[in-house]
Amino acid sequence: MSRTARFALAGATTALALGLSSCASASSGGTGAAPGGLAIPVKAGDTSCEIGSTQFAAGTVTFNVQNTGSQMNEFYVYDKEGKNIVAEVENVGPGLTRDLTAQLASGSYISACKPGGTGDGIRGTLTVTGGSAGPTGNAAALEQAVTQYTAFVATEAAGLLTGTTTFVAAIKAGDVAAAKAAYPGARVHWERIEPVAESFGDLDPRMDARENDVEPGTKWTGWHRLEKELWVTGLSKDAPGLADQLLKDTQELVAKVATVKLTPAQLGNGAKELLDEVATSKVTGEEERYSHVDLWDFAANIDGAKEAFEALKPVAQAKDPALVTLLTTRFAALDAELAGFQHGDGYVLYTTLTKAQVKTLADLVDALSEPLSKLTVTVVG
Amino acid sequence: MGVSRRSFLGFAAAGAATAVGGTAVVALRSDGTAQAAVPRPSTVPFYGLHQAGIVTPAQDRLHFAAFDVITKDRTELRDLLRAWTSASARMTQGLDAGPIGAVQGPLEAPPDDTGEALGLAPAQLTLTVGFGPSLFDKRFGLAAQRPAALAALPAFAGDALDPSRSGGDLCVQACSDDPQVAVHAIRNLARIGHGVVSVRWSQMGFGRTSSTSKAQDTPRNMLGFKDGTANLKVEDAALVDQHVWAAAVDGAAWMAGGSYLVARRIRMRIETWDRTSLGEQEDVIGRTKGTGGPQSGGGEFDPLDFAVTGPDGDPKIKLDAHVRLAHPTTNHDAHLLRRGYNFVDGSDTLGHLDSGLFFLAYQRDPRKQFVPIQRQLAAKDALNEYIQHVGSAVFACPPGVASQGDAWGQGLFV
Repeated sequence: MSRTARFALAGATTALALGLSSCASASSGGTGAAPGGLAIPVKAGDTSCEIGSTQFAAGTVTFNVQNTGSQMNEFYVYDKEGKNIVAEVENVGPGLTRDLTAQLASGSYISACKPGGTGDGIRGTLTVTGGSAGPTGNAAALEQAVTQYTAFVATEAAGLLTGTTTFVAAIKAGDVAAAKAAYPGARVHWERIEPVAESFGDLDPRMDARENDVEPGTKWTGWHRLEKELWVTGLSKDAPGLADQLLKDTQELVAKVATVKLTPAQLGNGAKELLDEVATSKVTGEEERYSHVDLWDFAANIDGAKEAFEALKPVAQAKDPALVTLLTTRFAALDAELAGFQHGDGYVLYTTLTKAQVKTLADLVDALSEPLSKLTVTVVG
Repeated sequence: MGVSRRSFLGFAAAGAATAVGGTAVVALRSDGTAQAAVPRPSTVPFYGLHQAGIVTPAQDRLHFAAFDVITKDRTELRDLLRAWTSASARMTQGLDAGPIGAVQGPLEAPPDDTGEALGLAPAQLTLTVGFGPSLFDKRFGLAAQRPAALAALPAFAGDALDPSRSGGDLCVQACSDDPQVAVHAIRNLARIGHGVVSVRWSQMGFGRTSSTSKAQDTPRNMLGFKDGTANLKVEDAALVDQHVWAAAVDGAAWMAGGSYLVARRIRMRIETWDRTSLGEQEDVIGRTKGTGGPQSGGGEFDPLDFAVTGPDGDPKIKLDAHVRLAHPTTNHDAHLLRRGYNFVDGSDTLGHLDSGLFFLAYQRDPRKQFVPIQRQLAAKDALNEYIQHVGSAVFACPPGVASQGDAWGQGLFV
């Protein structure tokens, strides 16, 4: 957790009229359509790419991209020459579904599933007819960004509830091994949307406080209290009650996320705050001081920041393409470095990192954070 | 457009502001009487043949930072040096680091200046850049331009070097009479550098230990002795040209007008020194502690006479005295322009002061100047009982930035 939650206090937005012909962004999970838009299922396999409809009306369209294959997949919408990317969703893991929402004007487009993320992919033609592309301009693009990111937050909150349910069941069964196994994967969903979670008053201190965050006289509850019991002291008689409270708090979080109203500035600032989280508590190994699964959180914070960046990218691209290029490069550099620490379905323990490896990660976080701090003013200024 | 920090705060026009922001220097003679107060202007010119911060009269405070270059892209390195030049030209003249300013920008954006120098005069701020030997490896295609004089320093007897306080691809020396101004400059340059460079180590210094101008009084180091009496001074133009500035004939044309900097973090064993008798302290140094005059007799600025002997027949300035072994006459006329600072980095775990001298010396060729002098000192100096070299670095400081449009080290990237 951070000591101050500024996410909910972010500044107002100023919209400038900009003639964007299309905009798009992607989010994890979900099979919905953007408000007033069309939903088209896409089954992306290892050797096939089934698109529910390849002829549809212009406007807002959401592709529910389900990876039915055994390897990572991606889905692209290109212009009719098949060269310029109009919309894309990357890194859809096997069995997962992610939404890609785009504003498409009438005309021809090329679609592509890209199993493994390489090559030209499995291509097809999309024919978009009649109508208009729906609202255009900067204000509409920002609205679209918020819609997409809000959907991402809801998906992650749902994932958090699923993971927490498993974790809590293990605690209540006294199954330490199962609880330890469920812990990092459940927290990943929290860490991806941490600035939003922190904006809900008391939930963050109840759920994510570290021992030294707690005011004297206040009971320490939440993830890290249970982390300490699981990894250090053993489960106490309070553990089942703590687990119940955590589940209840998570349910409250999910309910609050369902009605949250975000602004474009909150997306940009949230991305920056996620990087702040990495810089202050993950790269230092403070967050997960008993379990040492800090790199899971680290990667999840970066994922969440990237999601906000991707949502805002069409607006940022029109205003400051050099910033988008720089951010894309620096996200990629950090991802590449983190990939070197992957282990099984997660990451190596923080305690296995050398000082030099921590310094390299910190350098890459600084390198990304500095330009990322300019994203908000670029999109709303 | 940014505004100067003083005009932003509503100070009067430039002439008056100089008097307000300038530092009045009251020099004390060795007998304790004051010379006339000499007001100095608050700013040191940034552009020129040589970089400022070398023969500039030594300011009172230092923040020195060494950086590792973390990009592999030569263009990014060159662009960073341009960005640093631009920000440094601004900050040394009392402007904010960036063109928008600390408080003039939009509320949604982080300011392009960090703000802690708002309202402060530059107080003689100089920013001096150098390139370490490691910058000339294979990464940036600069190997062919490495000057022969930029050789890694050899190991010296008694060295206890900590790698985390040593080396660096780049350095920036920030000197000012106001410590907050010096820290502000390094902080903003490090911020501009994120993604291209990473701070490897940095060192604060709180009191100059050398005078580099005859207009300055000789300060004292943490041993309590006057330090730098016999230092090269800016007024000794011929000696400075001969011993400080590199020339094209030395081999690396791009370094003409530049200088080589040796930095050594020298920890002093303060507690054992403090319980050493006054006589022994003076014997170790070779000067009297009070006036700074040589043990051979005379006042502070009288010449050292190494031949004078005492009643016991031994030289009055001992054979292992620091001044004898460091003096040009015992080092084939090798001079250094010393520009070091006292440091105290708190106390160590034993409760002893983590203190000493952050030694900085500019010279034309370390192989002919610092290295032979230090080799002699490391072998024989009586002071070695009370000091230990724990950090070390050497840098090639390029010539000055000629004018707007030029930038640090551009001669390297032709």
